Amino acid sequence: MASALSRKDFVSDQEVRWCPGCGDYAILAQVQKLMPELGVARENVVFISGIGCSSRFPYYMNTYGFHTIHGRAPAFATGLKITRPELDVWVVTGDGDGLSIGGNHLIHVLRRNVDLRILLFNNRIYGLTKGQYSPTSELGKITKSTPFGSVDYPFNPIAVALGAGGSFVARSIDVEQKHLGEVLKRAHNHRGAAFVEILQNCNIFNDGAFNDLTDKAVKADYQLILEHGKPLIFGKNRDRGIRLNGMRAEVVQLGNGVREEDLLVHDETNLIQAFLLASFEPPLPTPIGVFYAVERPTYDASVNKQLQDARERLGEGDLQKLLRSGDTWVVH
Amino acid sequence: MSVPPEGVHSASDETYAKIPPPSKPVVERSQVVIRFAGDSGDGMQVTGSQFTAESALAGNDIATLPDFPAEIRAPAGTIAGVSGFQVNFSSHDIFTPGDEPDVLVAMNPAALKANIGDLAPNGVLIVDKETFTEANLKRAGYDSNPLTDGSLAKYQVFAIEVGKLTTLALRDLGLNNRTVSRCRNFFVLGLVSWLYQRPTERTVEWIKNRFRKVPSVMEANLRAFRAGYNFGETTELFASAYKVPPAKIAPGLYRSITGNSATALGFVAAAVKSGRPLFLGSYPITPASDILHELAAYKNFPIYTFQAEDEIAGVCAAIGAAFGGAIGVSTTSGPGMDLKAEAIGLAVKVELPVVITDIQRAGPSTGMPTKPEQADLLMAMFGRHGESPLPIIAAATPADCFYCAYEAVRIAIKYMTPVILLSDGHLANGAEPWLVPDVSELPPIEVNFRTDPNGFMPYARDEVTLARPWAIPGTPGLEHRIGGLSGEHLTGNVSYSPSNNEMMVRLRARKIAGIAREIPPTEVYGDPAGGELLILAWGSTYGTVREAVDHLRSKGKSVSHVHLRFLNPLPSDLGEILRRFKKVMVAEMNMGQLLKLVRAEYLVDAFGCNKIQGRPFKVSEIVNRAMRALEE
Ligand code: SF4
Repeated sequence: MASALSRKDFVSDQEVRWCPGCGDYAILAQVQKLMPELGVARENVVFISGIGCSSRFPYYMNTYGFHTIHGRAPAFATGLKITRPELDVWVVTGDGDGLSIGGNHLIHVLRRNVDLRILLFNNRIYGLTKGQYSPTSELGKITKSTPFGSVDYPFNPIAVALGAGGSFVARSIDVEQKHLGEVLKRAHNHRGAAFVEILQNCNIFNDGAFNDLTDKAVKADYQLILEHGKPLIFGKNRDRGIRLNGMRAEVVQLGNGVREEDLLVHDETNLIQAFLLASFEPPLPTPIGVFYAVERPTYDASVNKQLQDARERLGEGDLQKLLRSGDTWVVH
Repeated sequence: MSVPPEGVHSASDETYAKIPPPSKPVVERSQVVIRFAGDSGDGMQVTGSQFTAESALAGNDIATLPDFPAEIRAPAGTIAGVSGFQVNFSSHDIFTPGDEPDVLVAMNPAALKANIGDLAPNGVLIVDKETFTEANLKRAGYDSNPLTDGSLAKYQVFAIEVGKLTTLALRDLGLNNRTVSRCRNFFVLGLVSWLYQRPTERTVEWIKNRFRKVPSVMEANLRAFRAGYNFGETTELFASAYKVPPAKIAPGLYRSITGNSATALGFVAAAVKSGRPLFLGSYPITPASDILHELAAYKNFPIYTFQAEDEIAGVCAAIGAAFGGAIGVSTTSGPGMDLKAEAIGLAVKVELPVVITDIQRAGPSTGMPTKPEQADLLMAMFGRHGESPLPIIAAATPADCFYCAYEAVRIAIKYMTPVILLSDGHLANGAEPWLVPDVSELPPIEVNFRTDPNGFMPYARDEVTLARPWAIPGTPGLEHRIGGLSGEHLTGNVSYSPSNNEMMVRLRARKIAGIAREIPPTEVYGDPAGGELLILAWGSTYGTVREAVDHLRSKGKSVSHVHLRFLNPLPSDLGEILRRFKKVMVAEMNMGQLLKLVRAEYLVDAFGCNKIQGRPFKVSEIVNRAMRALEE
């Protein structure tokens, strides 16, 4: 059944209500396009979101969906996934929803490694409430709530996810359709909590936040595309790379004695290296792709295994026997 | 008369089980209240529980109340570290652990100081004399030794060298002082067991079982227990023993059950009977955590427990599980209720079956976490933004928690709604004998998932109950979205239509009000046709109010009792019943919350009987307030 589906089977009958030009459209289109390729029956797909522009997402997917409360989507998804491990559960959140009000749930769902796909749309601003700075807004940012500039040091979502023990941590960009599709597919195939930060343009309140990364003329100089087992090379002419200098990374020009073999090779299973890449700030390029991916037991599977083991060991629980257990006595 | 089940409590060891019949005269009593008090490390909870078990075996009706110190590791010998356990045992029906103990066992000066104010005049006071050292007296805040300064003159004081006698009994076992000292509580239990002629088999069995891995400690405790019993028999101190004959109790298999344990079992029963897994999302909080502990142990039942990162995640995960077709449950106490409010409001709006259990404790804020109160009723009613009514059920006794938890699940599923189940610290830790029900006699819990895609609409409603269909992920053709935004009638699609919003608010309110059809006719204890005074109450005040009413009626007063299990909706016959009485008094451990509701709902000039001390009412307090009202 699933194989016969097409993109439009995943388009709901609801009118999409994001601002024209919003990066969310591109992400929605990519997810809807990806769905039929994943081979999952539509009825087994669930999208769960919190509050914010990004969290309207489930309404537009013709799957099961639950638009919950601010910041808590990972908790709802956890309850669902534990009791229904066969479902394909996706969490859609934003930088405010996931890293501010819901920061606690995000770190714990990653730590537990609940088998969920978590898409964090990072536009570095509060869109739905009309333009306040967010926990990923840069220092000095002037917004409605910071007319003199933000003095609030931002989160680095990738570093947060790695620090929380995420087993799959990746980044992509709303308009990089092909890259985004591949990253999402990797996320889908991962068993465990798959965290994907998607840099998303809010053209109303924070337009151009990622211009360097999306402007065709310059993006190759700013993006560092991560590929497992390949040296870290970037630049329009693919002539620059990342080299380790002690514990620090530096940009080097290839040639003049600097060879590809001297460059750092991306290793998705190396946590220390993933942290290093997560810390990249200009003038270093911005890495996109899979930073880190390792398999470890998922929470939902472990919980269900305990129940199954107990049933095998003790037999199916007998309610009457349970009620009659403990310290009992008979009155005649 | 109760006897142990064949082969269960028949102690095999002749040495300890067979205790000779008393040679002293035995005086009959119909009811006795004993309070065991000591330092947290003195084993008073075990002592009290074992005495209770012995009394159950003796066929008495029993009610108990443990009293835990507020601090986990208060300094030894201080008032803050005193732990107590009160047991009321009787030859007739009793409903409460008793107002004031007839017997107080105080293992140290702090325990004496903290409890002596409650001991009935001429009550029996048993103290461990050796602990009344200068240092201990000072730690307890005594300026002089109460055993010698005459301040205990109005009690029958038995000052016993418990430590010395215990040491003597164990002298050839080669145990260190600490181990010997830890057997003191069994010496005392033995003594009190003799004093009230309790059957000792269950305690002997318990000791054997508990310490089976450490034979020397088992032997020591058995010996201490027996030494205490024999001491009672041989010492000149006690002129007679007492006996409380068995009560008339319905035959069957009983177990002693606490409110929290009953709540947990009620949920297990609901899961088994409904055929749906139960998911508990919870965050540790006093006094609710024991429900999480207990459910976490039942891994061969369809029970999931999830210790969430916080209170909010606990209830959200439960709602997520309910979306997937499980019974969602979250357990907490007041501070957790505050945090869960937003999520409960979402469950009201999306109409999913979850049960939020609030084991109420004394507030506001952190308050007194180990002490009971009933001050969360109005929060349960109104503690969410917007119009968000939901059913509220309150348990009356520890065993009633079983039936209320079960009923809460049944209502949640039948009406597709969150339900708030109210218990409190008094019920949670208090225990009573429970006639274990036959599982087949529990009412059915029907689950009908929607599977037919034909004409499916997520917010179409059952004609009678107004419940929407439970359509769970994984069902082909029923893909749909739900959420907190205002939703259109039938489709549930996001809608800002003003008239639709009002209609949906009213529809949900009607659905909840309609649950009144589930409530059986209200039982009026006393004068069903009406009379002078009706005491209206709910929750854990049940036993106290019932005893107060019995007392007043035995004095010829026209006083009746109605106890509510459903606080929302209220029973449809309640207004009419209230009007049958000249006066209506609402007794509750808050400033008058049910009182406000019934005054607003029925325009009756009811008045309150209130207590906010983190302690249950005493029977006398209810009686006195009622007498005043009758005289006014
Ligand atoms: S406010 Fe920004 S993020 Fe929100 S829909 Fe509009 S463009 Fe998109």
